[in-house]
Amino acid sequence: MQLIADHIAHAYGPLPVLDDISFAVGPGEVVAIVGPSGCGKSTLLRILGGLEKPQAGRALVAGAPPSASLNPLTFVFQDFALLPWRTVEGNVRLVLEGHGLTQAAMDETVRDVLSRTRLTDFARTYPKQLSGGMRQRVGIARALAVRPALLLMDEPLSALDAQTRELLMDDLVELVSGDSAEALGMVYVTHNLDEAVRLADRILVLSRRPGRVRETVTITADRRARRSDDPGLVRRARELWELIRADAAEADRELADVETIDG
Amino acid sequence: MADVVHDLQASPAAASRPVVFRGGLFVPRTHRLIGFAALVALILLWQAASSLGWVSPVLAPSPGEVIDALWRMALSGELATHLSASLLRLAGGFAIGVTAGIAFGMAIGLSSLVRSPGATLVAALFPIPKIALLPLFILWFGIGESSKVATIAFGTFFPTVIATYGAVDNVDRSLVRMGRSFGLSSFAIISKIILPGALPGILSGLRIASSIGIVLLIAAEMIGANEGVGAMVLAAGNLMQSDRLLAGVVVLSLLGLAVSGLIGAIEKRLLAWR
Repeated sequence: MQLIADHIAHAYGPLPVLDDISFAVGPGEVVAIVGPSGCGKSTLLRILGGLEKPQAGRALVAGAPPSASLNPLTFVFQDFALLPWRTVEGNVRLVLEGHGLTQAAMDETVRDVLSRTRLTDFARTYPKQLSGGMRQRVGIARALAVRPALLLMDEPLSALDAQTRELLMDDLVELVSGDSAEALGMVYVTHNLDEAVRLADRILVLSRRPGRVRETVTITADRRARRSDDPGLVRRARELWELIRADAAEADRELADVETIDG
Repeated sequence: MADVVHDLQASPAAASRPVVFRGGLFVPRTHRLIGFAALVALILLWQAASSLGWVSPVLAPSPGEVIDALWRMALSGELATHLSASLLRLAGGFAIGVTAGIAFGMAIGLSSLVRSPGATLVAALFPIPKIALLPLFILWFGIGESSKVATIAFGTFFPTVIATYGAVDNVDRSLVRMGRSFGLSSFAIISKIILPGALPGILSGLRIASSIGIVLLIAAEMIGANEGVGAMVLAAGNLMQSDRLLAGVVVLSLLGLAVSGLIGAIEKRLLAWR
C-alpha cells in the first residue's frame, strides 16, 4: 500500500502552514520530514493520517493494505498517549477490541508484540511505573498490534534521553528493515537530523512556515549498516543543518516576536 | 578529574561552610494517632466542663449524657426509624441527582449542541439555594416523600453536572486523538477513554454532592417531616432535649463520615492505578 500526499496545503485561520506538499511513501520505505519549528511537519502527518482535513490537496492511499491489517495508517505519538489506568497489556489490547477478534487471537497478538518489543515481563505494569523509553516501546507495540502498512511517527524519540534514543533507534531500524512486499513503511517527523539520516531512505526538507518541500535528500546506504558516528552520515546531517539553519534562526526570531507581543 | 578532586580536598576547611538546607517546608504529614488524640482531648474537655458545672447541662449536656440518649434511642428502635427514613430519602435523591448529573455533564462535555444551552442553564440555576425550592416541590409533588427526594436530587444534580463536564474537559485530548487514530468507535472512545479519564473529577464531584445532599436532607426534614434525623433533631430542640438533639448531630456526623468513607472506598477501588 502506498500513501500519497497530493499537493497538500493548509492554514490555521489567516496563518498559512503548509503549501503544495507532494510525495509518496510505499512498503518498506522510510520518509523523514525535517524542517524548522512551526513549518507544519506535525500538521502534515496529521493530515496524512486522516486526523486533520487539508484546506487544499488530498491525502491518498493506493493499493491494498497487508492482509489482516486492522489499521493501515497507524500513529506513534511523541507523548506516547498511553491510558494511565490500563496496564501495558491493556493498552495494547485496547486497539484490538471491537474488531471482532476472538479472545485467543487477541491474546496471541498481545503476546507477540510484547515479545517483539521486549515488554513481556512488563505486561501487567502500569505506564507510570515505566521509563520514557519503555513507554514508547508500549506505543510501538500498540502500533504493531494492528498490523499497519505505514507507521506515522511524530517525533517519537524526542521526549527521551540520548541513551534511550539510541537503543530505540536500533529497534526502529530493525522494524523497517524487512524486505517482504508487506514490509512496514514509515513517515518519520523529527527535529533530529541524526535520526533522519540514520533511518530514512528519503528526507524531505521543509522550508519555514508555510512549509514547502525545499529539497529531497536520498540516502542509499544499507540501513542496518548505518552507525550514528559514520562520517558519511555525520556529513549528511551537517549538510541538512546547513540547509535548515537560516530558516530555523528566522523561525526562532518569529517565535520570539510572538512571545514579546503576547507578553 | 582527579586533579579537580584533589584541589577541592586541599581547599582550607576553615573557609568552607555547609550549604544551608532550604528544602522540606510546606510538606504536611498526617499522623492518625495525633488526630485521634485531639478528638479524645476535645471530648474529655467537654466532659470536664460539664462535670465541673462550667456549662449548663440544658445548653450543653455532657458527652456521657449524649451517648446515653443515643443508646436509649437505639434500644427503643426510635433511632432506626428516623435513620432509615433519612437514608431512604438520601439514597433516592442522591441516586436520581447523581445519575442525571453525570449523564447531563457528559452531554455538555461531549456535545456542542448541548454545551451552550446546558452550561448556561447550569450556571444560572446552580446559585439558587435549593432548599428555597422545597415549597415549590411540595406544591408540585405533595408534602410526602417525593418533594424531599426532589429537593435532594435537585441539589446534588448541579455539583455533579459541573464536576462531570469539567472532568470531561480535562481528559487529555491526545488520548482521544490516539483513539481516533486507531479507528476506535465513538462509543469505545467515550466508554474506554473519556469516562475513565474523567472518573477522578466525577468522584470529587460526588463527594461534594453527598455533603450537599445531607444538608438538604436535614433541612427538608426540618421543614416537613415527622420521621427522619432532621425531624428528630428539630423536635428535640423544641422540647429542650439537648441530649437527644446532640445525639442526632452525632448521628449526622457519623452519616457524613460513612458516606465519605464509601466514596473513598469507591475511589480506592476504581482509581487504584493512580
